[in-house]
Formats: sequence, C-alpha cells, structure tokens
Amino acid sequence: MRLTTATAIAALALSSLGAMAQDKTVKIGNLNDMSSLYADVGGPGSTVAAQMAAEDSGLAAKGWKIEVIGGDHQNKPDIGGGIARQWYDVDGVDVIVDTPNSGVALAVNQITKDKNRVFLNSGAASSDLTGKACTPNTIHWTYDTYALANTTGKAVVKAGGDTWFFLTSDYAFGHALERDTEAVVLANGGKVNGKVRHPLNTPDFSSFLLQAQTSKAKIIGLANAGGDTTNAIKQASEFGITAGGQQLAALLLFLTDVNALGLNVAQGLTFTESFYWDANEGTRAFSERFAKRMKNGAKPTMVQAGTYSAVLHYLKALEALGGNPKDGAKIVAKMKEMPTDDALFGKGSIRADGRKIHPVYLFEVKKPAESKGAWDYYKLKATVPADEAFRPLKDSECPLVKKG
Amino acid sequence: MTAATDVLAPAAAPAPRRRDFEVVFALMAALLVAAPFVVYPVFLMQALCFALFACAFNLLIGYVGLLSFGHAMFLGSAGYVSAHAAKEWGVTPELAILLGVLTSGAIGLVVGALAIRRQGIYFAMITLALSQMIYFFCLQAPFTHGEDGIQSVPRGKLFGVLDLADNMTMYFFVLAVFLGGFLLIYRIIHSPFGQVLKAIRENEPRAISLGYSVDRYKLAAFVMSAALAGLAGATKSLALQNASLTDVHWSMSGEVVLMTLIGGLGTMFGPVVGAFVIIAMLNYLAQFGQWVLVIQGVIFVVCVLAFRRGVVGEIGALIRREL
Repeated sequence: MRLTTATAIAALALSSLGAMAQDKTVKIGNLNDMSSLYADVGGPGSTVAAQMAAEDSGLAAKGWKIEVIGGDHQNKPDIGGGIARQWYDVDGVDVIVDTPNSGVALAVNQITKDKNRVFLNSGAASSDLTGKACTPNTIHWTYDTYALANTTGKAVVKAGGDTWFFLTSDYAFGHALERDTEAVVLANGGKVNGKVRHPLNTPDFSSFLLQAQTSKAKIIGLANAGGDTTNAIKQASEFGITAGGQQLAALLLFLTDVNALGLNVAQGLTFTESFYWDANEGTRAFSERFAKRMKNGAKPTMVQAGTYSAVLHYLKALEALGGNPKDGAKIVAKMKEMPTDDALFGKGSIRADGRKIHPVYLFEVKKPAESKGAWDYYKLKATVPADEAFRPLKDSECPLVKKG
Repeated sequence: MTAATDVLAPAAAPAPRRRDFEVVFALMAALLVAAPFVVYPVFLMQALCFALFACAFNLLIGYVGLLSFGHAMFLGSAGYVSAHAAKEWGVTPELAILLGVLTSGAIGLVVGALAIRRQGIYFAMITLALSQMIYFFCLQAPFTHGEDGIQSVPRGKLFGVLDLADNMTMYFFVLAVFLGGFLLIYRIIHSPFGQVLKAIRENEPRAISLGYSVDRYKLAAFVMSAALAGLAGATKSLALQNASLTDVHWSMSGEVVLMTLIGGLGTMFGPVVGAFVIIAMLNYLAQFGQWVLVIQGVIFVVCVLAFRRGVVGEIGALIRREL
C-alpha cells in the first residue's frame, strides 16, 4: 500500500515537475446558512473555525497562501448549488466546507464530483452522503443520521420509551433521520404510532404537536434540527405535553439550541453529539480561543468543531502531497489514507465510503441547579466507541465500498 | 406577414416603428452573443430564463391589462415536469421542454378559465390562490422531492447530437430559446389578435360592443402567457440542473412583477432589462443575506417614485419611440 502511494507520488512529481507541485494556494469556501435557522449551528462560526484551522496548520509560514470565504445558501438547494457552481467555475474554490441542510449538501455533493473538487461536510446529517450518494470527492465529518438514531434511539427504547411518534422536518435530512431512527426503534422491540411532516423553518407547531399528543405515544421523536427543534420543544412545553407524561426525544440538538432554550426548558433532554467543548483540556483550549473570536462569545458547536478538524486534516493532506494538485479525488484519497488526529476529536480515520470515524457521546442536559455557569450544559451519559457509532461498512449502499 | 401588419396597424408610420424594433433587437442579440465570453455563462442562462419569464408575464399585464399574481406556478410546474422527464425517463432535452410547456399550458387553460371571470384585484387573488394550491401540491408530491427539489438533472444531448453538458453550448441553446420566445411574443402583440388584446386593455366594454368575444381573447392570451412562462421554467431547470420549490413559491410571482415594473410595463424590452437587473442584484448582493430583500424594496420604491414607466419606458419616452 505504502509502496504504491510512494510510486504514485513519485509519478506525479515526475509528470508535472514544477507547476503543479509548487502550487501552494488554497481557497476554502464555507457554504452555509448565514442568516436563518442553522446560522448559529454553523454559519459565520464555521468560517471562523476554518480560518483557525488554516492558521493552526502552520502552512502560512511555509509559503502557502490560504484564503477562506463564506457564502449564504439560504437553505435552498438551487441557491446553494448555484453558489457552489460559481465558486468552482469562476472563483477557483478548491474545497467547500460545512454546509448544513442535507438538501443543499446533496446538491453540492453532486456538483463537487462533476467538477472534481473536495467537499468536507460537517453540518449536514443525512447518512446518504456516505450511503447511496457517496462520491470519491466527499468526506462526511462530524455526525450523521445513522449515528444519531443508533445512539439516541437505542438509549431511549432501553429506558422504556417503546412507543414513538415522529415530528419530521420535510426534506432529505428529516426523512433520513426518521427512517434511521424508526429502524432502530423497531429493531429494539419498540413501536411507531405515527408520524407527521412539517415544512422546514416552521414557526407554529401547534397542529403537529396536537397530533403527537393524541397519538398517545410515550416518546415524541423530533426528527428536525436547529430553530425547528427549539421551537418544537418550547411549544411542547407551553402546551403541557411534557408535563402530561409524554417525553420528547430531540434526535439532533446542538449546544447553541440548548443555549437558546435555556436550561429550564431543556433540562433532562437526552441526545447525541460527537463533540462537547468542556470534554478535555484540548477542547477547552480550542473553545476558549474560538469564543474570543465570536461576536457573541459562543462556544463552538460540534458542527463548527468538525469544520475545524476537517480543514486541518485537509491541509495536512495537501502538505503531504507537497502542493495543491487541484485534483479533488486525489486529495480525498490522500486524506483517507492518513490517520486523523487533532485536539478536538482525538485519533480517528476516514473510511472508504467517506465516513470519518470517531466516538460519539450520549449527553443529558443539566438541571439549572447543576450548571456552574454560562455554557455549562451537558453531562455525559455514555460513550459509543468509534467502530460502533456509525453504520457498519458491510451495510453500506455506497458503490465505493467493495464487497466480498 | 407584412401585408397583414400594414393593413391592421394604425396608419401612422408603422414602418419606422418596426425598424426601431429591428435595430434594438439586433443590438440586444449581438450583446447576448458576445456576453458569455465576458460574463459567467450560467449566470447569463439564469438571467435569460427569467427575462423570458418576465416577457411572458408582460404579455398579460402589459398588453391585456391582467395582473396575474400566480405566474410562478407555470414557471415551477413546467420546471418540475421537464426535470423529472429528463432525469427519470431519460428523454431528450427538447422533448423534456416540450412536456414542460404542455403542462404549464394545460394548467394555464384551467386556471385562466376560472380567473378571467373576474377583474382587477379579484383576478389577481384567484391566480394567487390557485398558485398556492400548486405550491402545496409540489411540496407534497413525491416526484418533486419536497424541500430537496429535483437535483442534478442531466442536460442531455439536444436532438441526440449536441452535448449540452458544456456551458457554452447550453448557453447558446438557451439564447436561441429566449430569442425565439421573444420574437413569438412580438409577433403575438403585433398581430390582429394583439390589436384586439390592446383594445380590451384600453376599454373592455367598447371591445365587447364591437362584437369581440372578450373572454376567449383573454383566455387565449392567458394560455399563451402560461405556456411561455413554462418554456422559461423548463429551460431553466435544464440549464441550472435543478427544479426546486423556489420557482413555485409566491415570492417568485412577486419577483416577476418587480422585474416587469423596473424594466418597463408594456414595453417589449423592459422585462428583459428588469430581469437582468434583478437577477444581477440577487447574484452579486447575495453576501448581504437577507438584506437583499431590503435593497430590492428600496429600489422598487425609488422606481415607483422616480421613474414610473420603468427603465426602458423612460428611455422610450425620452426619445419618443416605442421600445
């Protein structure tokens, strides 16, 4: 393996002698929701994270020129796809990072493959990105619907929550999350009483919540994210649904969501994440630096942390290649070959299907009395090791995975 | 063709007016042929599709005086149909576009038959209501893929020969569609049929008293406008390789009103200019996020206060020509 790589690199160096190997400019585009429901989860914070990764890589001192730009996809696949196309065609962007909203992510995924660039996804959740839609140009970094469903779903059913009603965001991500969670619930002996789909960015959940209430399910599974999840949780609390004995399972909850809800409303929620700022020395040091650069002093979410980690690894791969080859598939192949290691996610690796592997954690939101101050929100309930957290390769629908 | 125009057009100098059009049209075509070598072609394709859409809309409001507030349904549904046909059924691009146009024409027939029974604000409200129904249909129907839209639509090979995957080839195809649609609209407006439409716009009771079956004329104009809007939508979904909810949303119906007003209501070239202005704004001001809407609003207010005839309308008034 190592020998073939060495030969490959040697061949590249020979074939392209100067020009390609000496190209030491990189342009990173953070395509994100900058103003709407996911802006706090990724948004401008992801641009900051990518910039920090560029600085921490130390490549600037070695003569590299790294530029980070940001764009607002407004949660519309057509706008996101348009920006991606223009970035690749006109602006010479080498890599698009983050991109929450699975609908937009799937559009960018395809365009990136067509143009042979790199797509490092942190913010989108759909496990299809490393499943049937996987490409040799995409790496899915932080989490996915399979990991969320597997961890939260299993934990909740085991704790006695065996009847479910889903409140699902009506686009790729919601569908994938609902599908993956339903499979876990059924596999663990649970039952699904019903489901209802709501449009993205819904201000009023009353009719959906009433349907959930009449379903008599023990657990109301929120297969949505960002502002939708916080709205649903707030309104469920106002309707007295949680007081009436039904429990909410937020399948995807971010640090900034808990911050927006406040501990009074959010306390007791159990959910899955792959990063928490207050986990160890490394994460605390990074989060402090990050918070200083944010206007509102917010600690990083797992999406922003994932963007940092992904960009850092990408730049390491470029350094190992000795220059920017402007060949997305080749860079991604190099990234998959190198083990990942950073202060935020620890040691890990990237699988053939583009799935980055690391442990994921089951957290519970603290009671107001337990919190020691601002941003002190989570207690760790369980750790799922890297090789169990994500969809096993043998179940993957990804055509890049050779079976047999 | 010339004979018919000469007989029916007002006797006062039809020839120079026609020459004006020819000169400006040649100028526009030359500019558009040269443009992709300077400007990003995908952006131009998008602008051209919206320009055709605005022209189709203008056919209705500028020449029949009917304000439709639901034209997004024609743009969007044709886009969905042609994207679906191209992606799932693998048909050639020209057939996909034809299917899109037929769909929007059929929807136009049904919606038009209902809507033309009322006038003014009620007409606008009926079209808005029906377009909202189409919107929610598109949100829920499985083949549209809801919020995701239909993505990575193949551009295919035109007539099985020309590979449209290349941006330049695609651009000239879109340009041909646009110029064709534009000339068709010009022909409609300057035909005897178009004269009757203008008569209806100016004074409907008088047109009725002259013996014209006004409802039929209105319906025919409505269907034509719908089909042309569909042509724009179908071409757009192939050019940009996606069909999404944005195109059926009511705000798109508002956007086309804005384009037409800024460019110049009831002028041939106005909607084209308006579409380019608005699309360029959306594109180049995108980094301001939601401020784009505020900027759009300000421009709209300035337009209404300062130059009510729109960009092209004002220029036309200045040089005393009809553009």
